[in-house]
Amino acid sequence: MNEERAKPKPKPKIKASREAMPLQDPRVRRTNFDEVALGYTREQALNEAQRCLGCKKQPCVAGCPVEIDIPAFISLVGEGKFLEAGAKIRETNSLPAVCGRVCPQEDQCEKQCVLGKKWEPLAIGRLERFVADYEMNAGEIGVPELPPSTGKKVAIVGSGPAGLTVAGDLARLGHEVTVFEALHKPGGVLVYGIPEFRLPKEIVRREIEYIEKLGVKVVCNFVVGKTRTIEELMTEEGYHAVFVATGAGLPYFMSIPGENLNGVYSANEFLTRSNLMKAYRFPEYDTPVKRVKRVAVVGGGNVAMDSVRTAMRLGAEEVYCIYRRSRVEMPAREEEIEHAIEEEMILRELTNPVKIIGDGDNWVKEIECIKMELGEPDASGRRRPVPIEGSEFRTPVDAVVIAIGQGPNPLVPATTPGLETTKWGNIIADEETGATSLGGVYAGGDIVTGAATVILAMGAGRKSAAAIGEYLENL
Amino acid sequence: MFKVRKKEALTPQTKLYLIEAPMIASKVLPGQFVVLRIHEEGERIPLTVADFDRKEGTLTLIVQEIGKTTKEMGTLKEGDGILDLVGPLGKATHIEEFGTVACVGGGIGIAPVYPIARAMREAGNKVISIIGARGKDLLILEKEMAEVSDEIYVTTDDGSYGKKAFVTQELERLVEEGYKFDFAIGIGPVPMMRAFAMSTMKCDIPAKVSLNPIMIDGTGMCGVCRVSVAGKTRFACVDGPEFDASEVDFDLLCARQATYIDEEKESLDRYEHHKCGGCSE
Ligand SMILES: Cc1cc2nc3c(=O)[nH]c(=O)nc-3n(C[C@H](O)[C@H](O)[C@H](O)COP(=O)(O)OP(=O)(O)OC[C@H]3O[C@@H](n4cnc5c(N)ncnc54)[C@H](O)[C@@H]3O)c2cc1C
Ligand SMILES: Cc1cc2nc3c(=O)[nH]c(=O)nc-3n(C[C@H](O)[C@H](O)[C@H](O)COP(=O)(O)OP(=O)(O)OC[C@H]3O[C@@H](n4cnc5c(N)ncnc54)[C@H](O)[C@@H]3O)c2cc1C
Ligand code: SF4
Ligand code: SF4
Ligand code: FES
Repeated sequence: MNEERAKPKPKPKIKASREAMPLQDPRVRRTNFDEVALGYTREQALNEAQRCLGCKKQPCVAGCPVEIDIPAFISLVGEGKFLEAGAKIRETNSLPAVCGRVCPQEDQCEKQCVLGKKWEPLAIGRLERFVADYEMNAGEIGVPELPPSTGKKVAIVGSGPAGLTVAGDLARLGHEVTVFEALHKPGGVLVYGIPEFRLPKEIVRREIEYIEKLGVKVVCNFVVGKTRTIEELMTEEGYHAVFVATGAGLPYFMSIPGENLNGVYSANEFLTRSNLMKAYRFPEYDTPVKRVKRVAVVGGGNVAMDSVRTAMRLGAEEVYCIYRRSRVEMPAREEEIEHAIEEEMILRELTNPVKIIGDGDNWVKEIECIKMELGEPDASGRRRPVPIEGSEFRTPVDAVVIAIGQGPNPLVPATTPGLETTKWGNIIADEETGATSLGGVYAGGDIVTGAATVILAMGAGRKSAAAIGEYLENL
Repeated sequence: MFKVRKKEALTPQTKLYLIEAPMIASKVLPGQFVVLRIHEEGERIPLTVADFDRKEGTLTLIVQEIGKTTKEMGTLKEGDGILDLVGPLGKATHIEEFGTVACVGGGIGIAPVYPIARAMREAGNKVISIIGARGKDLLILEKEMAEVSDEIYVTTDDGSYGKKAFVTQELERLVEEGYKFDFAIGIGPVPMMRAFAMSTMKCDIPAKVSLNPIMIDGTGMCGVCRVSVAGKTRFACVDGPEFDASEVDFDLLCARQATYIDEEKESLDRYEHHKCGGCSE
């Protein structure tokens, strides 16, 4: 393959703009849970790949937390060798169909792309998605030859991107890997949080199936700390090492009056009902979710955008996004904000809820907010929002979804003596190796960094897998 | 899959299931619960572990059939499997030698009280149990409770069996007669637990109740199970399910339990309609 890449290729003139992503019409997609972005056609993929300059310095690769050999895979796409391109990506990324869809590419690989200096950067994420989808549609994904078993057992706690990455990497080294997952389906946020219309669950299922083909055992319905503690896994069940990847699953509330009214959800509850439990298909599926006309979502990140767009698809007519800073500060991916606005999200920026008012029967009736203005920059460098006195106003709503962030679930630290955490409850782990204060116990992903991104969780997983591999070899 | 080894009807509306779940059976303690899902389209529901056999690797669940999921569970046969079962969840009951302990169970609440009463007895307490139900038909575990109690009192609301009274009236009567309780646990429907909280406050008995809000994950992830205790919001699945009876906001619990009352009815109606067969739908 490398020889072919080396062949000089006549370069056609570079197009300034990238191939546009085909999308479902906003008015239509607002009423269904089907995927919004439809994916490149073969022709689009071939065209887009031609834009890549194949830069020697590979700045794009440095922007990718798992260092995919981007120029190499793009070049294979350009030659129509899609399966080979897939294999190239899989050398360092075990979840390409996921990353191609949800990575904040604009801040990572594509931000570094040389084309971006003058024109639109190469659509790396879209091409990654194209390749992964092509692979899946072509049928069986090739499993690399696996080394003989080392006889070393590793337990992974949590089946989100961090855990799955470590599992895949260690299985490739010949270790015996078991992933323990508290919920009844593996995938972490990919299944319970990110909605179907952004990341079809069938794709997550297939990616996990691939990891299982590498020999990884996935055990669901197993809460580490409850069903077994980490200590028990190591002393009684014979695991030589443990990787903790329990994510940031603890929902934060705002501690304002009215938060326990019926109709007030944490984003986790709202999205879990809809995604994991498929409440949007109630009563065919047994789990209900309230179908109401007016919903207020509090927050401005990806979780808030997903909640807004889920509420619309459940039939809400007016969906507000209440955010205390201004639109430019919203942490959600730009594309998601744009899509939500196309779908008629009502953005109330520089606004903060002060209380939720009930109807006397413990049901949400109104939300009271106060207007904010941006003051001096705070520690994070962002200008701090300050309330404008006397600017309170009320909006009638039937449900409120609180999406202001998630923290670390204390279950594992609380049942693992000696496992050190920060004062916020995040596990303290070495940045390069994931090593914790306990021998043989590693950690990575959101449980260490706080709520971040899929690809950062995977990047942490990769580094940690290498370190765990070394640790096991020296046992 | 978790196999139903044995199934038995305790009353027309209550069934006992012996379920093979060795991992959980080896760990579970009185006061803890499991969350289960019968099949792929099913919802996750929490059920208290009413008994366990560590050697056999089995759990006993006792279920009152009140809605779609519990009724559908009732159609499982011995040898059938439950798709998902996770636990043991929640904090275990704090067991110590208090002296004299009142174990008060109402209706289906007798099931979770049973392992607690047994553990309290084993810890050296004098166990006085008071169990009750709406009517004779709904009374469960009388024999089992009698075996682990020093004294047992039985009431029914309608007087069809035992004494015609509420369990809390019986508790207050015992106190009036001179019984001194060092601790009390009360589990049952919310109105009963509310009355139990009042009675134990009145009689100055330190008391706990086990709360049963709506749950999904049971691990502190979704926050649907939030309850207000001593003015603070707590997640019943991880901070409880047991809390000090005197500090619980029962009105809030009651209101939140009713969140999906319309959907629950729709679900049940649809289920019963489909079950009748013969129709084309
Ligand atoms: C709604 C939403 C939208 C998002 N959108 C994006 C996006 O577009 N792009 C992006 O890059 N990132 C996005 N993120 C963030 C991203 O999903 C996370 O950063 C990432 O999933 C973290 O991976 P993780 O492996 O650390 O943990 P998680 O994905 O959170 O997985 C942790 C897993 O561990 C399990 N677990 C927890 N405790 C235990 C226990 N005691 N025993 C066993 N199992 C346990 C949990 O059930 C869960 O399955 C989003 C997050 C949310 C919530
Ligand atoms: C910690 C805990 C322990 C429990 N232990 C037992 C037990 O040992 N035996 C027993 O019979 N029942 C027990 N319950 C109650 C049991 O979970 C509900 O009866 C069951 O979920 C009802 O489901 P359904 O579909 O049959 O009825 P539905 O018609 O759906 O609901 C009837 C009522 O049950 C409650 N409920 C509904 N869904 C849930 C849910 N997902 N989680 C919790 N409550 C819900 C609501 O208040 C609702 O109004 C327990 C509940 C909790 C929280
Ligand atoms: S994994 Fe993410 S950052 Fe890396 S190349 Fe793919 S889209 Fe870019
Ligand atoms: S920086 Fe852009 S143009 Fe250069 S190799 Fe990477 S993707 Fe291609
Ligand atoms: S049931 Fe989800 S947090 Fe308690």
